[in-house]
Amino acid sequence: MKPLTTTLKYVGLIVVLVCAFIPIYWLLTTSVTSPDKIFQFQWFPTSIEWKNYVDGWASAPFATLYKNSVIVTLAGALIQVCVAVLSSYAFAFLRFPAKNLVFMVFLGAMMVPGTVVLMPNFLTIAALGWVNTYAGIIVPGVGSVFAMFLLRQHMLTLPNEVTEAAKVDGASHLRVLWNVVLPMSRPMVVTVIVVALVEKWNDFVWPLVSTSTDSMRTLPVGMMMIQDSEGFTNWGAVMASAVFIVVPVLVVFFIAQRQIIAGLTAGATKG
Amino acid sequence: MTVTDQPSTAAADAVEPPGNTGTPGVRRRRRREYLLFLAFIAPNAVLLAVFAYWPIVFNGYLSLTSWDMLSPTIPFVGLANYADMFSDPDFWAVLGRTVLFSGAVVIGCLIVGLAVAMLLNQKLVGRNLVRTVSFAPHILSGVAMGTVWLFIFDPQIGLMKVVLEKVGIAGPAWMTDSSWAMWGLVLVYLWKNIGFVAVVYMAGLQGLPTDLYEAARLDGAGPWTLFRRITLPLLSPVTFFVTVVTIVGTFQAFDVIAIMTNGGPGDATTTISWYIYKQAFQALDAGHAGAGALVMFVILIAITAAQARFMERRVHYR
Repeated sequence: MKPLTTTLKYVGLIVVLVCAFIPIYWLLTTSVTSPDKIFQFQWFPTSIEWKNYVDGWASAPFATLYKNSVIVTLAGALIQVCVAVLSSYAFAFLRFPAKNLVFMVFLGAMMVPGTVVLMPNFLTIAALGWVNTYAGIIVPGVGSVFAMFLLRQHMLTLPNEVTEAAKVDGASHLRVLWNVVLPMSRPMVVTVIVVALVEKWNDFVWPLVSTSTDSMRTLPVGMMMIQDSEGFTNWGAVMASAVFIVVPVLVVFFIAQRQIIAGLTAGATKG
Repeated sequence: MTVTDQPSTAAADAVEPPGNTGTPGVRRRRRREYLLFLAFIAPNAVLLAVFAYWPIVFNGYLSLTSWDMLSPTIPFVGLANYADMFSDPDFWAVLGRTVLFSGAVVIGCLIVGLAVAMLLNQKLVGRNLVRTVSFAPHILSGVAMGTVWLFIFDPQIGLMKVVLEKVGIAGPAWMTDSSWAMWGLVLVYLWKNIGFVAVVYMAGLQGLPTDLYEAARLDGAGPWTLFRRITLPLLSPVTFFVTVVTIVGTFQAFDVIAIMTNGGPGDATTTISWYIYKQAFQALDAGHAGAGALVMFVILIAITAAQARFMERRVHYR
């Protein structure tokens, strides 16, 4: 009885692993399968065809797409985390009348769905003359509620003496923030940075509506352009293009998986 | 840093509590702290006001107009867009589809996610690897992975067809078949979310009190009774959280739909988010896009408020 249930549990574990991993595996193997072999089904590639990557790279302006994705992701994540750090420090350490009420108003923005603000925000950046600019892609997404919330919760757990001592020494708040609070909040700062990076990299609908020329598109939008212009027929090259988008995130995930998982599931345990 | 943005002193004076005591030095220091607070929150406050709160107001206004987003005048039409939408069977079909899609993903995520969580909660070799790998789909680009699934669902050479044939089933044409496309999307969203849900449930399972189980076991309760009478009720806050997060996510599903079906075939996968996008950016109909967005907003707020009330009740129980 006992060995049987253990065996069943391991079978279950393998089933979960296979189901989760197969699409990723299929993406990687198809991307190195030559076009004539794609029509003969095979579980394991018998030969490796790198030409798909050359064709995939040529099927859209990938150099430009990469440049734009990197700019939008790095700038967006960096600005967002700076904004979050400043406001979380204020809510955690500075006095202000009705501070909790102000905090509630900030938190309320979390309830605003992205789909609802899509059209009004497009009209706003149009009025600002930001359509098809980096500012237009980046700025509407750098306001921060969740990262601010996580950082504030973390800052509130820091020992009070740290900030008190720093202030008695005559240090300004900016210096306390930079020299004391930030170093002590490093795990949480790293968490919100990687989560922001992943979200900006994958973001699709906002870059889609806020840009209008190839020169400003990001990688996910470029994928859509390939489909619109030539359709998905040369699957090997299409998969190679998808690999261009997925691999950076996979690498970041396997380096910082603990932080990413903790950051994305934080709302569940602390809400 | 962004402290250049100095708010006016008048604003700070206005919020100073009346009947203030203390020496002038203390008061000055306090006022400086208030100003610093305002300076620190200013960037975020401006961004949230302009790109989160103002859009709600602006969207509400646009929903009362009939505007092509180009002409200089914005004709006001009152509630006509709403009247129009709610008397249109197509819009009800959009809502129905959204509820079906969302409901299927929620139920699948809850059942499979909890099962996976309970499995991963056992002391098994390699469970951390499985936990990590099953979470991975949640953070991969929906557009890129939607493309992969499109290939998996290909009716001629797709992996799904081959696997189904192995077990003697002639698979459907999936994304090009209007009665199957939605179920294809459900499958993709389950794949993307089950690992996430499992990790959230695992955190819940690890917080359950072990002494309760021991006491119940002494009373002769079997594993099924333990599950139904202790595990499920104690996990209900987690279940509620997962339900709300998944509903909010599926109502806004966009990238996977955009790459896999474009809302089609026909309207078969046009959910509320795709409907809003189509009205705004393809039909250039700001009025209907705004009205659709407000309907979505109200539904999601109601669901979130229900969760908040439920959580409050739970706190009083304990």
